[in-house]
Amino acid sequence: MNLSIRLLHLHVLSSKFSIHLPEMSFLSRLIPAATARTAVRFASSGRYYTKKHEWITVDKSVGTVGITDFATEQLGDVVFIELPEAGAEIEKGESTGAVESVKAASDIYAPVSGKVLEKNTKLEDEPGIINKSPLEKGWLYKVEIKSVDQLKELLSEEQYNTFKEEEEAAH
Amino acid sequence: MNRLVSRSALLSATRCFSRTSEVSGKQTCLIETHKKHGGKLVEFAGYDMPTQYADLSIKESTIHTRKHVSLFDVSHMLQTHITGKDRVAFIESLTTADVQGLQENSGTLSVFTNDKGGIKDDLIIMKTDKDFLFLVTNAGCIDKDLPYLLENAAAWRSKGKDVKIETLDNRGLVAVQGPEMAKVLQEGTEIDLSKLTFMKTIVGTVFGIEGCRVTRCGYTGEDGVEISVDPTKAEQLVERLLASQAGKVKLAGLGARDALRLEAGLCLYGSDIDENTTPIEAGLAFVVAKRRRETLDFPGAEKIVKQLKEKSWPKRRVGLIAPAGRCPRSHLPLIDPLDKCALGFVTSGCPSPTLGKNIAIAYVDKSHSKEGTKFIVDFGAKQAPVEVVKMPFVPTNYYTGKK
Repeated sequence: MNLSIRLLHLHVLSSKFSIHLPEMSFLSRLIPAATARTAVRFASSGRYYTKKHEWITVDKSVGTVGITDFATEQLGDVVFIELPEAGAEIEKGESTGAVESVKAASDIYAPVSGKVLEKNTKLEDEPGIINKSPLEKGWLYKVEIKSVDQLKELLSEEQYNTFKEEEEAAH
Repeated sequence: MNRLVSRSALLSATRCFSRTSEVSGKQTCLIETHKKHGGKLVEFAGYDMPTQYADLSIKESTIHTRKHVSLFDVSHMLQTHITGKDRVAFIESLTTADVQGLQENSGTLSVFTNDKGGIKDDLIIMKTDKDFLFLVTNAGCIDKDLPYLLENAAAWRSKGKDVKIETLDNRGLVAVQGPEMAKVLQEGTEIDLSKLTFMKTIVGTVFGIEGCRVTRCGYTGEDGVEISVDPTKAEQLVERLLASQAGKVKLAGLGARDALRLEAGLCLYGSDIDENTTPIEAGLAFVVAKRRRETLDFPGAEKIVKQLKEKSWPKRRVGLIAPAGRCPRSHLPLIDPLDKCALGFVTSGCPSPTLGKNIAIAYVDKSHSKEGTKFIVDFGAKQAPVEVVKMPFVPTNYYTGKK
């Protein structure tokens, strides 16, 4: 819930559309000025999601990409992770690797376009980290984001949770 | 992560799986036991079945079964009695088994064949010392096996023969699999398990429950039994087994079952064998009994026996192994490393929890089916090398009483 407010706030700041303004005034009533600035900085590390169960957090123009806890729960013990190499140019929506468990294999798609800066080499030696800590230690790679506008096309945590519930209900 | 949520790929090795957030299909007599022990339920062959339980991952559960003992609810499989004095001739007319030659209270793996020599289903036939045969057939094939049996039995009766099909609806079937099975089960039964060797069957009392049919067989490659039990007593049986101090007993789901059968090189109907595969192509020549090769009186017999005699099968089921990495899975093509010709395809595969390597079952051209043959498995964007090896991938431990 908190996170979605923060994300909303970020959208306000990054958007020129006045439609968000009432939300902003709503927030500024709730949060004192100094805290609001903290919230803004904090908002830049908020998590965005894809409908294919990847997440990305953003610090300035650098994104950190991973897969969600929902995804790792579905997969079970991950035994192998294929990651993109540093320096690789990736396109939003393209397959950039794969996750294998005993139960299933799944492609990992890029949530944004950009250049891979670093991959989490620890995962290659110990893929199980992704099951224990999918949102923190189990990050996959860092990417220099080509266009931050692409982030707007992703889901907020709240939207992702709703999507996930619909997915579950449909099966 | 697209394939993850697609119904068919969630458990790619077991095609009929689909995820359910709530129970929605038919239920076995052990549904409450699954829920009580945190079973993750999925729809499998129309039934709500657990893929795994809360206490172990699929990998852990597979390894547990190889070291200790696991319980699997397989009550979704169809259990049938065939009665009447012509029952042996009847079942032989549809399958490749020599039921006539079977000793009482023993059984065999066999296949229902079609006129093209393809496999309609695989099944276990037990010849009991009573006036019936006991059959266990796949849950996924109930809709075709049962009408097939009923129609053929009706046709036999119209010719004045004596045969009747009786399904044991909702009866429980619990597989107890793993090296500690005998220790655990012997505590609760007067049946002498040292005399119940592989593919023998007997009726007795197990943990106070009368009328349990205990058959030494399974689908894991380990020593084990399958216990056919009164549905109202199935939960009691499972709980008594779980409480045993004679071994470490855990519940296991379809996920571990699939990994275990793959490691043992056993076929999954619908993936590794189907209506377009003959038992010879599938490497199951042993199910075509010697006498039946002479009598040629089962559907598709001529084609099957011709393949056997002339060694003329066009394709062959093989085992593949590859180092850790992307795993060859169902439907992926296999390519010759030199001329890049497609020579076959994978029918099931998974990272083997026991071996720490990728294993797969595939069909390849006969000319390329020798042990040691190398292929490239084509993932689309990536390729990886694989090698043909002998199955089983993990040695089997059936209790033959010899040792």
